[in-house]
Amino acid sequence: MTEELDAGIVARRIAESGEPGEPARDAHEVGAARRRKEDARLVTGRTRWTDNIQLPGMLYVAFLRSPMAHARITRVDASPALHRPGVVAAFTGRDLAGEQGSLPCAWPVTEDIVVPAHPPIAVDEVRYAGEAVACVVATDRYRAYDALESIEIDYEPLPAVLDMNAALDDGAPRVHEEGNRAYVWKFGTGDIDAAFRGAPVVVERTFVQQRLIPTAMEPRAVAAQTDGDAFTLHSSTQVPHILRIMLATVTGIPEHKLRVIAPDVGGGFGSKLQVTAEEVLLLLLTRRLGKPVKWTESRSEGNLTVHHGRGQIQRLSLAAEADGRLRGLRVDLLADMGAYLMLITPGIPILGAFMYNGIYKMDAYDFTCTGVFTTKMPTDAYRGAGRPEATFAIERLMDELAAELGLDPIEVRRRNWITREEFPYTTVANMTYDSGDYEAATEKALALFGYDELRAEQAGRRDRHDPVQLGIGVSTYTEMCGLAPSRVLGSLSYGAGGWEYAAVRMLPTGKVEVVTGVSPHGQGHETAWSQIAADALGVPFEDVAVVHGDTAVAHKGMDTYGSRSLAVGGVALVRACDKVKEKARHVAAHMLEASAEDIEFSGGTFRVRGTDAGTTIQEIALAVFGAHDLPDGVEASLDSDATFDPEDFSFPHGTHLCAVEVDTETGATRIRSYVAVDDVGKVINPLIVEGQVHGGLAQGIAQALFEEAVYDSEGNLLTTTMADYLLPSADDLPEFVTARTESPATGNPLGVKGVGEAGTIASTPAVVNAVVDALRPYGVRDVPMPCTPERVWRAVQGAAS
Amino acid sequence: MTRITVTVDGVVHEEEVEPRLLLVHLLRDRLGKIGTPIGCDTSNCGACTIMMDGRSVKSCSVLAVQADGSDLLTIEGLADGATWHPMQRAFHEEHALQCGYCTPGMIMAAIDLLKDDPDPSDEAIRHGLEGNLCRCTGYSNIVKAVRRGARAMGDQEVTT
Repeated sequence: MTEELDAGIVARRIAESGEPGEPARDAHEVGAARRRKEDARLVTGRTRWTDNIQLPGMLYVAFLRSPMAHARITRVDASPALHRPGVVAAFTGRDLAGEQGSLPCAWPVTEDIVVPAHPPIAVDEVRYAGEAVACVVATDRYRAYDALESIEIDYEPLPAVLDMNAALDDGAPRVHEEGNRAYVWKFGTGDIDAAFRGAPVVVERTFVQQRLIPTAMEPRAVAAQTDGDAFTLHSSTQVPHILRIMLATVTGIPEHKLRVIAPDVGGGFGSKLQVTAEEVLLLLLTRRLGKPVKWTESRSEGNLTVHHGRGQIQRLSLAAEADGRLRGLRVDLLADMGAYLMLITPGIPILGAFMYNGIYKMDAYDFTCTGVFTTKMPTDAYRGAGRPEATFAIERLMDELAAELGLDPIEVRRRNWITREEFPYTTVANMTYDSGDYEAATEKALALFGYDELRAEQAGRRDRHDPVQLGIGVSTYTEMCGLAPSRVLGSLSYGAGGWEYAAVRMLPTGKVEVVTGVSPHGQGHETAWSQIAADALGVPFEDVAVVHGDTAVAHKGMDTYGSRSLAVGGVALVRACDKVKEKARHVAAHMLEASAEDIEFSGGTFRVRGTDAGTTIQEIALAVFGAHDLPDGVEASLDSDATFDPEDFSFPHGTHLCAVEVDTETGATRIRSYVAVDDVGKVINPLIVEGQVHGGLAQGIAQALFEEAVYDSEGNLLTTTMADYLLPSADDLPEFVTARTESPATGNPLGVKGVGEAGTIASTPAVVNAVVDALRPYGVRDVPMPCTPERVWRAVQGAAS
Repeated sequence: MTRITVTVDGVVHEEEVEPRLLLVHLLRDRLGKIGTPIGCDTSNCGACTIMMDGRSVKSCSVLAVQADGSDLLTIEGLADGATWHPMQRAFHEEHALQCGYCTPGMIMAAIDLLKDDPDPSDEAIRHGLEGNLCRCTGYSNIVKAVRRGARAMGDQEVTT
């Protein structure tokens, strides 16, 4: 955190640092595998998680939650809880109805979208199991939970709405009065009918993207306090800046009286890109009670009430020529909104709309998405957000097309992908891919994987009817990163822009504070941003501190999601550094008695061109602080800030290959090898990039093989615990082989594309393609996700019969 | 209320506790040992793993009263002053953490694993850590870190 810049501290800093100014350095931090600055506090237990906050007089909040998926609340009385020991207050939705407002939806994707009211505590009706119906505030967390049982509440059950197809039938029970169809969003280019008319090959498939529970390791936690005038909210959030604006709007607390802090945040994966009921309510409770309040969810509570991801039924048709060249693609989606539209719920499937064509050329494309209300937890962003679903669809279809035509899945891709000479290439979905080299990534992956040898082994196993079959899955993916150009967001009816902010503070001793508007929660931005600033300003890596996640010190930003932090926020930092250098150049010219045009900058030193005369950026920082002899019209500050709004998205890509062994007798699947070759453009820190790929792979593989949020026929979530919702352990995953190719992005000066979601987007289809490939000799054409032993076994049995 | 005595990271504490109080809540809410986090409520995730009398336990699955008379070591007490434990260094060097929420438990579980198997294979590490979940790293670098930590701890034993 920043220190107050008073004269005493400055004097002390100057004394401690000795002579200001460091030796000149060449740019060499960017690209180095720097170990992370963040680690020191994390490996020693000095982390600042929200639940660690404990203030004098703090009260603890517990929520009573609906045990029913859909019901009318006929009677509710929280007052009996007030007689329990330690209980300070208890409220129902009716108690707070006048001030709790409605949780926001910032992405109304169509003009006629149905956006139902979403009270933080249900007032008259509950629409998913787990929805809050009352809360207790007590002197400790055990007492708060104890008192929940005293709250009296009666429900009149209403029919659960669980199946999306049935929900759209006339006369189906309604989640909201307005009906179960939230919106219909359409997009298309080319003559889709012509593409299908007379097409020699048409592949039609329906895939189900099961609901997933994002499961960041740190459960959500919120702490709120007020001095009677201003409010401070700590939250385990990815989006402190968005949260501040939205909470001000919902609660009526003026924006300048509300400070939002995301301290250390233990993972998010999209699940903490939200404005939650609990965040609103904790502000209301501290406002009512005048005491600091805290709430931390249990994991079971979180599985019920952290927004879920995916949840789509994809009806797909792909038309192709007899040689495998693509003609057109039809996509008809049903997207499960759950019970309400949360922050960007409706937009998630739309983010995928521009990616269903993948890396391939085709003549026509048609996309329709119907958002459907169900009585389940709302869905929203989860790692990849719309793009994993799209990539899964096209990459599964390409394998199915290859099987239909008797072609190798690599060959059918080769016949369709955009070749390296064709960039920049405008796709059938009107996206302009700036750079890429699918040939290079694929060649590298095939070599690392030992593709031909594994195919030979597969043939052998097939010939001898080995009960353990080998399957090989391919995924040549791309994705759109760097969310997002503000003009594009505007055209898609999103409620905000997609720019990012950075500021650089040059301290008198030559040390540097970087302020960033992104909000890291595990990614390592403190390290990567230090590397960028070190090279840009020519200062030591150790001399840079990165400040983030507190609206009082990093007042402006659009936060972290959508693989945007580096491709947008990193570029803003470069721009801010450029401004610092430009200011410093004029001071340098004055100090060196030269004209500004003759000053050049390299490795932290400003020099008069053609001479040895120079001064370091640190010397200039001290001179500007002293301000005794500045040129006329130059302010006594090098500090600068910048906002960067990208012209376009960036498009990482890669080739992932997965080999699985499938026991056809037990249905057990084991990943034997996994090769990921990714092209994420230029790399700031290869260690961090590789870590992002590894983690992404784990989550994508988990969708393919392990994870599913399961509701029963009454709408109760069955996977409320980590015992039921199967996160992969170390024992469930293989060692990953990762490598990179590099086609720099052309849309930003760093040449970076983004990497946070790539592994997740690429890996799910690679794994399922491998499972299906193993079972093709048995007549299996698909296995629904997750491909559990039972489902694999049933697929084999079903195909055999 | 029951009176218990526990030693945590070398400091003796006497506390009056409800019999139902979980050890992890005693540590976090009463003793301020917030370095040990809580990741679940079914003892699946292992984030709250600490050492109790030299062996790892999930502190969410132990009642505070069961810890009476025990010597507890948390992530906060693992370093020797400013010198990190070899396993802490190994996690840093191998980039075996991202958000870091699972890390305290993962490090404690890894150290305990090495007590039974000082030179574990990758398979043994993966199997030995299956009670500790990580959502960020995909485990590859954690396996490498445990190997590195094992080597460093072995070297340390040879030199001391």
